[in-house]
Amino acid sequence: MSQGRYYLDYAATTPLDSKVLEKMFPFFTDQFGNPSSVHFWGQQAENAVELAREEVASCLNAEPAEIVFTGCGTESDNLALRGVARAQRNLNGKTHLLTTPVEHHAVSHTAFDLAEREGFEVELLPVDSFGMVDPDEVARRIRKDTALVSVIYANNEIGTINPIAEIGRICQEKGVPFHTDAVQAAAHLKMDVQRDNVDLLSIGAHKFYGPKGAGALYIRKGTPVVAVQTGGKQENYLRAGTHNVPYIVGLAEALKIAQSNPEERAHHYQSMRDALIDTVLTRIPGSQLTGHPVMRLPNHASFVFDRVDGNTLLMMLDVKGFACSSGSACKTGSPQPSEVLLALGIPPQLALSSLRVTLGRDTTPEVITRFVEALSDCISQQRR
Amino acid sequence: MLEMEGNTVVIAMSGGVDSSVAAALLVEQGYRVIGMMLRLWSEEGKEDQNRCCTPDAMALARRVAAKLGIPFYALDVRDRFKELVVTHFLQGYASGVTPNPCLKCNRFIRWGVLYEHARSLGANWFATGHYARLRRLESGEVQLLRGLDAEKDQSYVLSVLPQEQLQHTLFPIGEFHKHEVRELAQRLGLPVAHRPDSQDLCFLAGGDYRDFLARHAPQVRQPGLIVDRQGNVLGEHQGLAFYTIGQRKGLGISSPRPLYVLEKDVYQNRLVVGEEHELGRSNLIANEVNWISGNPPETPLPVEVKIRYKAREARAVVIPLTSNRVRVQFEYPLRDITPGQQCVFYQGDICLGGGIISTEVESA
Repeated sequence: MSQGRYYLDYAATTPLDSKVLEKMFPFFTDQFGNPSSVHFWGQQAENAVELAREEVASCLNAEPAEIVFTGCGTESDNLALRGVARAQRNLNGKTHLLTTPVEHHAVSHTAFDLAEREGFEVELLPVDSFGMVDPDEVARRIRKDTALVSVIYANNEIGTINPIAEIGRICQEKGVPFHTDAVQAAAHLKMDVQRDNVDLLSIGAHKFYGPKGAGALYIRKGTPVVAVQTGGKQENYLRAGTHNVPYIVGLAEALKIAQSNPEERAHHYQSMRDALIDTVLTRIPGSQLTGHPVMRLPNHASFVFDRVDGNTLLMMLDVKGFACSSGSACKTGSPQPSEVLLALGIPPQLALSSLRVTLGRDTTPEVITRFVEALSDCISQQRR
Repeated sequence: MLEMEGNTVVIAMSGGVDSSVAAALLVEQGYRVIGMMLRLWSEEGKEDQNRCCTPDAMALARRVAAKLGIPFYALDVRDRFKELVVTHFLQGYASGVTPNPCLKCNRFIRWGVLYEHARSLGANWFATGHYARLRRLESGEVQLLRGLDAEKDQSYVLSVLPQEQLQHTLFPIGEFHKHEVRELAQRLGLPVAHRPDSQDLCFLAGGDYRDFLARHAPQVRQPGLIVDRQGNVLGEHQGLAFYTIGQRKGLGISSPRPLYVLEKDVYQNRLVVGEEHELGRSNLIANEVNWISGNPPETPLPVEVKIRYKAREARAVVIPLTSNRVRVQFEYPLRDITPGQQCVFYQGDICLGGGIISTEVESA
């Protein structure tokens, strides 16, 4: 870590675990083969990919044949939504997509694109003021022509964890495929597609100390799905393109580490995170927690502040050496309030003051203390 | 924690050669430099052509910042720009004057929104890549001087700045000639050394202002009569906004002698034309006058005046009427005094300030 600088944006991305990097190395050089080739090198590479597939499957409590490797979490979401929506329309004439107003853009923009260009109907489930979906609403709104239900596992901006297992059970009873974007959740919560009754689940490696540019999608056997990217016959025709072997190996290793003992790590983060929330709420007047106070990712804290410009706040904190975010990453200083925060009923002006602080392996209680100090300074400076 | 030091400066970057070199010079001088880029308003679909802030320019500015090892932030001011600059531009034309939006932008966006942002970030200095210089007097007053490169001097568009803002401003390239700035960029390996100079108004995106007006202020497309000083009807005009004072070509009237636009009569929507000898006025009234020193003069002041950005200086006397309203009496008549444009006062290298040329006409 750069001297005097503290990274508190682990929900945006994480550094690569050195153990993961170690595992990846040979596949850049010595074992460089293409898994689709017949010869020795090809077999070597194919073996690595299939081992990775087994590891990922076992982490999710799935079958290896149910794992598709992709380029990132967003690509997994695209394959899940476009792939299942199109298959459902073509096979069964179903065109109703049921999702939520608190999805990552990878899901929401894909759903709206399907509506705009391919004639699907998108319906958004209501959420409560914590951004949580009510399973009863899912039961109420599923129709005969519902092609897919997609509900985010844990939200990236506000950290709220949805009752995925319950929603999954309802979808299963009604025979509707259920997708969940677990890109944030897989870094911190024990994943189990059987326990959660999930048919499709998206993950991205760089959220759990794996490499950027590697993702996976779990697709339960029998789920109707067609390819989005066509070409070669890789990944059972569902994702054409030469396998990115070192990154696939990296994803599997990183997921294995993330999924071993997540409860213990959660406990460690949670105590620091709760201290952070408590001090911010008591020390900074006009501060408010966004998202659920308990049912939230253990490393995740998010706030809004009266009379504060969030964009300026991020710059001020960065200048003081603290890296945070206003919600989702990838912003060019855009003053549009977050749709997720608006969906919770937060007024637009207040939504523009949002701050997300996410903890990770290098975070210590001391960093948290310094951070709250700096945050408090920045906010009083802005309000002057 | 990184401590804020007393010499933190925010530099307004555009991805162009001037602001990039300005940033490099500040780094060299030991300042703690923060780069900021404004995202300005563009017409929908033309974001790629706004010369100040295309995605390309933003990427370039980012690369320069990375090369210099300074943090870089983008500030989205599209709404404020639209509200403060574009609206003023449209209203100006709709009311028959020829506004200069760059001055509004400098006053209210650069030295307004961005300046305030810099201060709230904790910076004590604010810098831009303008060709102008500042002289700090012992009294504490800051004088605005022309840039050393007379060709490039931009003090004209800075004549609206208040003393308070100038106290905290730096113009790192004011002491350089353009060719030296390009050489510096090359020597420092900045990826912008060969970028062409910017032209025209950023939000026109390379288009013609008349088309822009027709799209955004259709009311300016109001045909009316072309008359001479005696009121004789000579033809029809297409809307006063499409003509400029002193214009000769494109009037669409045949006459034995060349005719020039003398005046726009907004109330009667008439374009007044006349012969060359009728052009020219030897005085004007300027409103919203800003005195850089903060102290308006109390007695008439001999000055050199620029009545538009690229105009030659004309000798004149400024006669204060109120603290922000003056009469300017020229030594010789000027042909193209254009209401809405900024009229800027100099004494040698010192820019004293300026005001907006009024539509009022006083007989000399």
